[in-house]
Amino acid sequence: MGDFAGAVAILAGLCLFFGVVLALANSKLKVWQDPRVDDVAGKLPGANCGACGQPGCRAFAEQVVAGKLAPGKCTVSSAGIIADIAGLLGVEAGGDEKRVARLACAGGKSAVRDIADYRGLGSCGAAAVVAAGGRACPWGCLGLGDCARSCNFGAIVMKSEGLPVVDVGKCVACNDCVVACPLGLFSLRPMSDQILVQCSTPLAGPMAREMCQVACDACGRCALDAPAGAIEMVGGLAVVRAAGFSDVKSTLRCPTGAIQWVEAGQFALPKRVALRALSLGRLHARAG
Amino acid sequence: MSRLLPLSARATFAHGVHPAEHKEATHASVIERMRFADTYVLALSQHIGAASKPVVRVGQRVERGQLIAEPVGFVSTALHAPVAGTVAAIEPRPLPAGKSGLCIVVRRDPFDSQRFTDQITSRYPPGDADDLIQRVQHAGIVGFGGAAFPSHVKLSVPEGKRVRDVFLNGCECEPYLTCDHRVMVERPQAVLRGAELVRQQVHAERVYIGVEANKPDAIAALRAHIPALSPIEVVELTVKYPQGAEKMLIDAVVHRRVPAGKLPIEVEAAVQNVATAAAIADLVDLGVPLVERVVTVTGPGIARPANVLVPIGTPLRELLDHCGGLLPTARQVVLGGPMMGLAQKDLDVPVTKGLSGVLALTEPATWLQEQPCIRCGRCLDACPMFLNPQRLALMVRHERTEDLEALHLRDCFECASCSFVCPSNLPLVQLMRVGKGLLRRQQEAA
Repeated sequence: MGDFAGAVAILAGLCLFFGVVLALANSKLKVWQDPRVDDVAGKLPGANCGACGQPGCRAFAEQVVAGKLAPGKCTVSSAGIIADIAGLLGVEAGGDEKRVARLACAGGKSAVRDIADYRGLGSCGAAAVVAAGGRACPWGCLGLGDCARSCNFGAIVMKSEGLPVVDVGKCVACNDCVVACPLGLFSLRPMSDQILVQCSTPLAGPMAREMCQVACDACGRCALDAPAGAIEMVGGLAVVRAAGFSDVKSTLRCPTGAIQWVEAGQFALPKRVALRALSLGRLHARAG
Repeated sequence: MSRLLPLSARATFAHGVHPAEHKEATHASVIERMRFADTYVLALSQHIGAASKPVVRVGQRVERGQLIAEPVGFVSTALHAPVAGTVAAIEPRPLPAGKSGLCIVVRRDPFDSQRFTDQITSRYPPGDADDLIQRVQHAGIVGFGGAAFPSHVKLSVPEGKRVRDVFLNGCECEPYLTCDHRVMVERPQAVLRGAELVRQQVHAERVYIGVEANKPDAIAALRAHIPALSPIEVVELTVKYPQGAEKMLIDAVVHRRVPAGKLPIEVEAAVQNVATAAAIADLVDLGVPLVERVVTVTGPGIARPANVLVPIGTPLRELLDHCGGLLPTARQVVLGGPMMGLAQKDLDVPVTKGLSGVLALTEPATWLQEQPCIRCGRCLDACPMFLNPQRLALMVRHERTEDLEALHLRDCFECASCSFVCPSNLPLVQLMRVGKGLLRRQQEAA
């Protein structure tokens, strides 16, 4: 009986001792964390896509609670969730204008000559290190879909023209497709950039047009039709200089359709332009 | 095996493969010249290292052999006009292997005799071999073996190192190709003169010219011109691929292994191609820079296989036309040998300094369906660098870059022996190249 009581006493003493140590540690070494970080992180999608520039959703939540980033910087969350977070923290929703991935090539199967039959590994990265696919243009889309496979949001679909078509509604501007494309054809652009140059060839004149029907041959018509300095010819390509410049008139005289005015998604011509293009018999730029 | 069996007659290296040679179509064809083309396209980056810098303007008149682009830095080389004419443009153009880059376009003057003027040859006074390194760099000479590594870099011995033996590579182990073979048969004196120049430059004791046993006429031609007591020796090697890789050649001739990730200088060796040696001899004795090279045009899909002396920058289509054009049965054009060469989709690209052969292949010689790996291990027995290609391939497919490093992917020189022996037709070399791209990208990100 004495042994039993002694064992209980020793255990009770140990419990008391460690209890006191833990209680002291809790008060002395306490790290205060804003409970709102958990709340905000719980509302975020948890995709850890990196589109906000932070290493993950939790890091983003910490930055938002600290007031260093606006909730609207999360491009994946819906407007409702953003407003919810902004309301919780009592800050402006903020954020930039929606950006989407844009492809600087419109050379689909019917536009660019297929000069060879590529039978190697079926990825753009693998094709780029050997013969670079079967299409005539060494600067254009290889059409093997590395971007579509890299997209975590199902926003890129390879359409029948062999070009990736970005679903503007699903695209969150996470940058994955920009990294995945071995030719660097994708870039993230604000939705207000409605004039897009869908070509990357540095060739000018007949050499460009011989290679691809929708190539920019640097004829300069768009630059002439736009206000001075809004569009410039640089290295065999038209380059839109003025941010947010969206005058459809400058694109109408393009002989190949390389420069396009887009309503929302690429390769879906707005009705007015489509009618005009049809009348000129050059709807070949259309993908899908 | 040769080291274990003292009775075996010829030297070689361990591992490797024995592809069918297919050299009979051109091994006896005398090197021929072709008609000058109307325009020549000269890529500023057709060697390993920094791209050259143009020193001509559009519209400027150039003489044959005139400097048109100068080297930028040490690992870079010069470029010369292959014909007399005018500079038509300096602009980006499609290049072999689906690449593109800035090129100087020279339009030939149809009324020019296309002889080297005294002005050109006096830039490189004959017989004067002083400062060979700088002269080789400014003559634009690169390794003719295929990698197009600037030759002058290999001629310079780093501080604290020495070169005991020079190896001239006359293996030409790639099937089909015969350009080096013909150079050795037709110009043995130039090869030997180049060998002596290289030997003196690097202060080496001996020169070994490694030639595979399937070129007895080349061996005989070289041996006939070697004087008594010469430090130059022709070594007859067992026919095996990839003996022409510099590490394999050194191993085959003197049984010294270059450590992984190191250069031949580590085992006191320097390697040059036989045709490169002949180009160095031409520079010193005749004063002409590199403006042309021998290219083998062959394969079952070409009308008239031949060894052609082609000016650098000639459009590929003109070269094929010179050889009678492609036959209707041709299905694939490969630039380089069938083992390491790359299929070419666009025939409107120019001949570059690194181009050793143009193969026109027909259907059965190429495409085979890929099957799952059966872990037979043949690729391990074939790999001359003792790597594990099937495991590397698996790691590339899963993008496991740390495993790629651990499995020594960087030692792979893409000889394609693994792809050649694979019974499942896995695209192993393509995967190796993809893997190297992954490593490069990771390095850039870090």
